[in-house]
Amino acid sequence: MTADARARVLGAVRSGLRVDPAEVESRRQAIEARLAACEVHVRPRVEGDLEARFAEKVVLVASTFASVEGIEGVSRAVADYLEGQGLEKDIVVTTDPLLARVRWSNEFALARRAADPGDRVSVTGAWAGIAETGTLVFVSDRATPTTLNFMPETHVAVLARDRLVAHLEDVWAMLRTERTGLPRTVNFITGPSRTGDIELQLEIGAHGPRHLHVLLVDT
Amino acid sequence: MIPESHRFPDRAGLALADEGLRLALDRARQGFIGNRRKAVDALPEFQALREAARRIKEHTLSNLDLYLERFEAQVSASGGQVHWAADASEARARIIDICRRAGARTVTKGKSMVGEEVALNEALEEAGLEVVETDLGEYIIQLAGETPSHIVAPAIHKTREQIRDLFTEHHAPLGLDAPGLGNAELVARAREVLRRDFLRADVGITGANFLIAESGSTVIVTNEGNGDLSNTLPRVHVVIAGIEKVLPGHEDLSTILRLLARSATGQEMSVYTTVSTGPRRSEDLDGPEEFHVVLVDNGRSAMLGGEFREMLRCIRCGACLNHCPVYHAVGGHAYGWVYTGPMGSVLTPLIVGLDDAWHLPNACTLNGRCEEMCPMSIPLPSMLRKLRTRGFERGLGSRTTRLGLAAWGFLARRPALYRPLTGAAMSVMGWLGRRRGAFRRLPLAGGWTSARDLPAPEGETFQRAWRRRRAGR
Repeated sequence: MTADARARVLGAVRSGLRVDPAEVESRRQAIEARLAACEVHVRPRVEGDLEARFAEKVVLVASTFASVEGIEGVSRAVADYLEGQGLEKDIVVTTDPLLARVRWSNEFALARRAADPGDRVSVTGAWAGIAETGTLVFVSDRATPTTLNFMPETHVAVLARDRLVAHLEDVWAMLRTERTGLPRTVNFITGPSRTGDIELQLEIGAHGPRHLHVLLVDT
Repeated sequence: MIPESHRFPDRAGLALADEGLRLALDRARQGFIGNRRKAVDALPEFQALREAARRIKEHTLSNLDLYLERFEAQVSASGGQVHWAADASEARARIIDICRRAGARTVTKGKSMVGEEVALNEALEEAGLEVVETDLGEYIIQLAGETPSHIVAPAIHKTREQIRDLFTEHHAPLGLDAPGLGNAELVARAREVLRRDFLRADVGITGANFLIAESGSTVIVTNEGNGDLSNTLPRVHVVIAGIEKVLPGHEDLSTILRLLARSATGQEMSVYTTVSTGPRRSEDLDGPEEFHVVLVDNGRSAMLGGEFREMLRCIRCGACLNHCPVYHAVGGHAYGWVYTGPMGSVLTPLIVGLDDAWHLPNACTLNGRCEEMCPMSIPLPSMLRKLRTRGFERGLGSRTTRLGLAAWGFLARRPALYRPLTGAAMSVMGWLGRRRGAFRRLPLAGGWTSARDLPAPEGETFQRAWRRRRAGR
């Protein structure tokens, strides 16, 4: 019955388009050529220093931002942030290539896994950052489970300076060259979770993290 | 839901008398319009993006058959499954079937307008499933047993007091006290209660803002994170989407994303834009084991070949609602179905039929702001006009209106008759109204004069005044 529905829907689409069956192959080649070209359309101008633009946009969407000199500074920077927030140093961290290099000081209680309902703080490695909008990009992977981006109330994202790009389109280009096929999930995250559903008043912290802290690391 | 658009005049009358709704709609108007304006003014490339988006979508619609096939092939290649539904009942049946096979008892849902369109919740509940809406606005109206009154902000008509009362009533069985009236307390309560539902749900159902043919991905654009918990925590992820949601590739998606959030809420980018491709991979630590996409036609293919094809470019941003004086006067519930405002006045007659929704295209001042604001440049006013023409040809409308229009049509096509008749009418009316300068009451125009005075003509027609002036020059 599903196969039948498929034929009916596609048939209705073709009759709506008044498609000539003889042209299907040439049309198909045309759309394949268009897809292969990955043509970029209109991009907003992103001028000047990418890092300055990224930091400015990150703060505008109600995240907090700090930059860190070198991978050895990450443990201290995370500890400082959690102390400032009055939070325990009980964290779940990802094992992506960037965070795998961090030597966590022994003041932390560490876990490396997907999120559990009781987790308060996650520290995850971002796959890329976009200066245009202050957006972080995360991919699902054995090392970087998606739930860590959503379940804990506090999310600390660590981004390597050399993974910062100007535009959204740059991320697709990187995904195409660095990976074979897309991962199950690519998350573009621009600020902490929010809602305007009660009297249109903005409230930060709906279902996802209430706090998003971004650490930009010069590696 | 069962369309109630035929009751538009009654519902609009009730809405106009509702003070609380007045306040809510005023707040919405100011917020949405100002935020969009700021975001658009800050982006010099906005018009160029609009033009590019229109071209992308037209290209896609012209090749919709092929892009749908390619999308399906890519979903299969990544381990997911595509299901097709020609109409609403098939869509419901497909999804119930997926839930049954999964042995599901509980479903969490992200916000989906096509889900509302096919009345999915009612069907799932009848099939014995517990369905929990998890977008805060959708959750509120689910507790209230209502339908969305705005496609982006479904509970825009509710006050915080009403929301507190709903939570107090529905959360008492969970052993929870009445929450405080503060925004933060209400949101925190919803977060706490719904988190339990996410963790026990068997199936997560989301809509899709876009489908990508290049990779077989589905894309959701949200702010709360409920869609992401729905598509990550339950064992099965079901996406329901209209067939017009497909885009060719990721560069095309990028262009339209830049328009969507700015037009909807005035954000440069919504908080969460999530691209889902297939089920979890064998090495992944989380994510659903099954990934299903249900593609819904329900009247869309019929629009492709006709004069309403451009409506298929709609990305459901809500900008046309936010800038519509009629929507602002009567709110979403007056429209009687899931789609409201200008886009709803076009879509509802096309999906549920013009006979039931005849009032909607007529409840429009043709001021043109919706088209001006539409990021996809959809000519909404001319479509509304075409629907009026279609209805007139089919004999819809009251006897008085039809007679009036027919008489006017007869005269307007005969200038030799039209000029002297209107000339005489203007002189008589000018003379009758000479003292007050306006009429409080007029035969055959009670609809107009019940709410305002009709200014009296100054004694001659425009055409005659024009001729006189040109002659005198």
